[in-house]
Amino acid sequence: MKPQSCVNINKEWDIVGARQVGRDMAKKLGFGTVDQARIATAISELARNIYLYADSGQICFEVIENMQQQGICMTAIDTGPGIEDISQVMQDGYTTSGGLGAGLPGVKRLMDEFDLKSEEGKGTKIKAVKWLR
Amino acid sequence: MANLINLDAATYKDLMQHYIKTQDEKSLYQIEQVSKNFIKNNILPEEIVNLHIQALSELYPNLLEDFQHSMDFLLEAMISYGLAHQEYQKLREEQYALKSEISVAASMQDTLLGTTKPEIEGLDIGVLSVPANQMNGDYHHFVKGKDGTLGIAIADVIGKGIPAALCMSMIKYSMDSYPEESMSPRNILKNLNRVVEKNVDPSMFITMFYAQYIPSESKLHYSSAGHEPGFYYNAENNTFEEIKSRGLVLGVSPNTEYNQYELKINKDDMVILLTDGVTECRDGDRFIESEEVLDVIKKYADLPAQEMVNQVYKHFERLQNFQLRDDFTLMILRKRV
Repeated sequence: MKPQSCVNINKEWDIVGARQVGRDMAKKLGFGTVDQARIATAISELARNIYLYADSGQICFEVIENMQQQGICMTAIDTGPGIEDISQVMQDGYTTSGGLGAGLPGVKRLMDEFDLKSEEGKGTKIKAVKWLR
Repeated sequence: MANLINLDAATYKDLMQHYIKTQDEKSLYQIEQVSKNFIKNNILPEEIVNLHIQALSELYPNLLEDFQHSMDFLLEAMISYGLAHQEYQKLREEQYALKSEISVAASMQDTLLGTTKPEIEGLDIGVLSVPANQMNGDYHHFVKGKDGTLGIAIADVIGKGIPAALCMSMIKYSMDSYPEESMSPRNILKNLNRVVEKNVDPSMFITMFYAQYIPSESKLHYSSAGHEPGFYYNAENNTFEEIKSRGLVLGVSPNTEYNQYELKINKDDMVILLTDGVTECRDGDRFIESEEVLDVIKKYADLPAQEMVNQVYKHFERLQNFQLRDDFTLMILRKRV
């Protein structure tokens, strides 16, 4: 397994850096253009959440594999305020995405697997996986 | 799904190739059909752009590299549209589910609040109640007493929709629990007022007109809790007059007493009871005058009471472009002999 690489998110331009790392990894793995674009969009959403709502955080990328396939796993960790009502932020049409289809439900749609853990006052950890088909 | 995209990819490529050669309308019509198929199968915009990129590279293997990059750029720009599309799709499904849930509630309400128009010798009764939305905040009820009298209730919750409808169920069950022999209109309102005052949110008010028709005396006893005044048609003079009554709306103050009035009804006279959904019909931005309601009633006065009520409703439904703004309830009682 390849070592994971992480990108710290402190300012808006770090989002671009994270996208770049994620896309390069996806491209190397053999993801097509559509999936590359989807992975990059998911990275944007995760990184924007850190940039907008947490003081600092990072996104880590690693190549994962199971018996049948390879995939990319992204983990976004922040030490922000945490999410009070997780079901609410996972709902379509919830205000922060402004009905633009993005936000965390968007990340869930773009990726194959999605997991979220959050503790109020401590931070949030989001894991998202896309498998290579 | 993947197969479907492959099938469409082949079609897309063929159509595009044909179109590039001929620029004919037929190919354009066909791609329109394919596009509808995409939508039906939830194919997202970025996938269509990708189809285009694939088709291009197969047809033109030596396509300018700059152009290829530009297509990738377009694909990237479509991702968020795809996401938004999926979100709308989901919200639309949710809305549909919600609507069917409300319609179940509405039909349950119909069952709960249902009342049958009684047969009373010498009295012709017409009644119609139509909700503005799915659930009705108006209510009417007939109670035929063992002594041959007829109790008539007509009520309106200020407000409409689901809260109003829920409120009405409570009224109906309170009324059902009263022993019929002891109940004069004034007592019924007095009791209901207590129930409403205790159980209903202070911001919600209910108006009600309760009447009791006594066939042996040809008299109508009635009381009103702030309800829209009805009309009395005097056949002998061919005149309408407002049925005057005073009384506080239900639920304002716990110990309200209600006045009771009496009206003598002769042959061919009519009693018209309604809710403000009738008198506050609007013609464009203008509220109609109550004379207009009476004019319309007069116009159909030769018909049986139920027909009259139906025709009056049709008239105002049309006047308001088939969109009721408030629940509409109209009741006409005519003494036949």
